[in-house]
Amino acid sequence: MIREYLPVLLQIIVAVGFAAAVLIVSVIVGKSGRRTRVKDTAYECGMVPQGEAQPRFGVKFYLVAMLFILFDLEIVFMYPWAVVYKETIGHSTLILWSMLSFISILMVGYVYALKKGALDWKK
Amino acid sequence: MSPFLFWIFAGLMLVFGAGVVLNRNPVASALSLVVSFLGLAALFMSLDAYFIGIIQVLVYAGAVMVLFLFIIMLLDLRAEKLRKINWLASAGGIAVAVALSVQILYVIGNFRFSQQPFPPLARSTVDDVHHVGSLLFENYNLPFQIIGVLVLVATIGVVVLSKRELR
Amino acid sequence: MDYFLITTSLLKILGILFVIILPMVSYTIYAERRVSAFIQDRVGPNRVGPAGLFQPVADIAKLLFKEDFSPRNANTFYYWLAPCLALIPAIVTFAVVPFGSTLFGVPMVIADINVGILFVFAIASLGVYGIVLGGWASNSKYPFLGGVRSSSQMISYELSLGLAVIPIFLVVGQLRLTDVVRYQIDHGWMIAPFLGDWTNPAKWLLAIPMLVSFVVFSVAIFAETNRLPFDLPEAEQELAGGYNTEYSSMKFGLFFLGEYAAMITGSAIVVTLFFGAWHLPIPSWHGGFHWALIDGSGDGWRGILGGLFNIATFFAKVAVLLFVFIWVRWTLPRFRYDQLMRLGWVFFFEIALVNIFITAIILAYYPA
Repeated sequence: MIREYLPVLLQIIVAVGFAAAVLIVSVIVGKSGRRTRVKDTAYECGMVPQGEAQPRFGVKFYLVAMLFILFDLEIVFMYPWAVVYKETIGHSTLILWSMLSFISILMVGYVYALKKGALDWKK
Repeated sequence: MSPFLFWIFAGLMLVFGAGVVLNRNPVASALSLVVSFLGLAALFMSLDAYFIGIIQVLVYAGAVMVLFLFIIMLLDLRAEKLRKINWLASAGGIAVAVALSVQILYVIGNFRFSQQPFPPLARSTVDDVHHVGSLLFENYNLPFQIIGVLVLVATIGVVVLSKRELR
Repeated sequence: MDYFLITTSLLKILGILFVIILPMVSYTIYAERRVSAFIQDRVGPNRVGPAGLFQPVADIAKLLFKEDFSPRNANTFYYWLAPCLALIPAIVTFAVVPFGSTLFGVPMVIADINVGILFVFAIASLGVYGIVLGGWASNSKYPFLGGVRSSSQMISYELSLGLAVIPIFLVVGQLRLTDVVRYQIDHGWMIAPFLGDWTNPAKWLLAIPMLVSFVVFSVAIFAETNRLPFDLPEAEQELAGGYNTEYSSMKFGLFFLGEYAAMITGSAIVVTLFFGAWHLPIPSWHGGFHWALIDGSGDGWRGILGGLFNIATFFAKVAVLLFVFIWVRWTLPRFRYDQLMRLGWVFFFEIALVNIFITAIILAYYPA
């Protein structure tokens, strides 16, 4: 089965090589111009840049990333479930109920986050 | 997988693992860890654990490390300044590390099973995702539910920890 | 070593990259400009070649010969790395897409792996790095904000993406994408139950959750590829282009290429999962009505023509979806950020989850 993964490796190598080659060609054939101080400044619609280049951003983004990991885990568990579902459901419905209970447990957390406004960006 | 590829991926993991520790820029460390995870995924796949390998990429490289990058940016961590090295402490650390490796080597050397060659691994004919699925829902149903509770606790923890910002 | 496997794979990879993806990206950009112009009652690019058909060539030449400039206060290494990281996942994801049946007896899929769809999600989730790093390394406000917004949006919609397709795998029982195609050839496309064993009522019942899946998945693809109405990360009017503001010449070109390649890959996945990939049923009467199948299994010319026809069918379907991408862009206004997050986390997340259990219950109590 590992043979099937060899083309993936080749594809990655080709993709990396292609990206690198394009950049190299661009450096070689691209025109090189003068550097000036104004050219080096960050683009802010023609104004002189104000304040820090990397402003602080809301804790919301960080919260979303955390919640994403947790719910991503849930999805990961659903794939092996989906794959064996059809062949197992014939002899017992246990597999349906066990996934339902798993999701219900997680949904408690989801509803809590929702009620606490963790997913509400309006505020 | 041919031994050649094994050494490439193992080497990749070790080099970038060292990169995590040695880089002064936290973003560089985080990215090294991503590459190291990709190498680990390849090693999992070489052991026929395709599902675990791909999950390693999906969850660790694709989700956990994005969070790390976010935190690095949120806290606006800059590259560490070159610190004066505390020679006494580093000597102590190296001594402990050497002692530990000697100990491990000694134990492995005297361990009976370590002197026998590994029996060749049986190549499974069943698709490993099927395998994981049937084991999870037949033999390990209770642990599976407990994982659910664990994730629930984590979810509530996340929300509570950032509550000061929320209402 | 397996020289046959390596040679054919390399041929397929290079063929897909240089004969299909790159020309398709160029002409999608051209089509986007022409269609946008048509929708807005303008003319669009029509100077280079007949009807402006050589415009993409001129664009590429222009990007290559532009000054390769990186601002001094940018973080040089990551500034260079980011465009590559944005492009590579979009190309690599294509490895598992079955874009044709067989040609000369070689299956037309680069890597037929058993974790198919998870591979797509895993590699696609790495696309976030290009954008986040591009924004961070530019050391400038607009790109930084665009990068953070974009990555946050992409991970949010990855949830809907992952949940939306589970009903398909409940029905098929395999994660391998060629098995999904095989199932659709035998039983009709996922959202078109009349194309297979249409006398089976369970098929019609299952088509409802499939349709929901299709809608959620396609909308999530729009959000993943940062297309309107979800293009907040690059919102020209407020972020001056977002994460690629500070980029020029071919580095900008790579970002652009990556974005359009991701659109093509996304459409290809939608076609594979819901529209039967390369399968085109031909109605025929040979002692009663049935659907005939054209594939590359015939001898000699028949097989080769059949194989080429399948590949053409696949990319024709992809092209139709790409047209929809462009059409939607000029039809819907942009969402506000809180609406976008609410839509992803509340609306689509819940619908997709309920949809999974509806499918599961249908399968449990009304087996096909």
